[in-house]
Amino acid sequence: MDRIPILKLEDVLLVSIQVDMHDQLALTLQDDLTQKIVATRARAVLIDISALEMVDSFMGRMLGNIASMSRILDAQTVVVGMRPAVAITLVELGLSLPGIRTALNVDAGLAVMREVLARRDEPANGE
Amino acid sequence: MASDLETFPVRNGEDVVRARQIVRSRAMDVGFTLVEQTKIVTAASELARNTVIYGGGGEMHVERVYGGPKRNGLRLIFEDKGPGIADIDLALRDGFTTGNGLGLGLNGARKLSHEFDIWSKPGEGTRVTITRWK
Repeated sequence: MDRIPILKLEDVLLVSIQVDMHDQLALTLQDDLTQKIVATRARAVLIDISALEMVDSFMGRMLGNIASMSRILDAQTVVVGMRPAVAITLVELGLSLPGIRTALNVDAGLAVMREVLARRDEPANGE
Repeated sequence: MASDLETFPVRNGEDVVRARQIVRSRAMDVGFTLVEQTKIVTAASELARNTVIYGGGGEMHVERVYGGPKRNGLRLIFEDKGPGIADIDLALRDGFTTGNGLGLGLNGARKLSHEFDIWSKPGEGTRVTITRWK
């Protein structure tokens, strides 16, 4: 059974989707990621979709699910590398991916993630 | 007016992926821009998935259409002999689903197409036709 590999880089899980996913593969990724967040105590998930030539409502939902599940498990998700044609189509389809943090590329995604984590780790200042 | 009608099976998740790839390649043949290609491929993906999930599998027909001397387009027909749709108006509403999706598939495909036609009869099946012009 095929799977999309998940790499662990320090406290970040890195996924790069390089194939045209059938739905089952997307669901498997969702499950694998959720389990891996817990198993590795990852604090962030970075999903690179720069190779995806299209994102339809099913994949959009899968990305949203991953973002929600990781949030519940105390990890941040950033989706990076969406192609312009994909973004235009998603909006026309009526899918604006609410609740999903995005960045233009992996570098920018990592920067966003570090910032979010740093802010979260700041000791709460007294009033 | 039309020519080169091709037919492909749409029975499982892998057929949905194949349908996307076929539509991508035909859309390139017609000369669609990258954005136009992406729109019709996305519409095809939504409809192919519906054919598998709600129709129990069926077929996709692809044909290049000519609407005038300089007007090329691509027409896709998704056909199944499944249970059919009882209330088409309801099925076309964003957010309505009898499955576990977002309910954006059918109406999403309509939004991404220039022409949209749906025929369905309970107990007989469903046929969705979309056309996108260059």
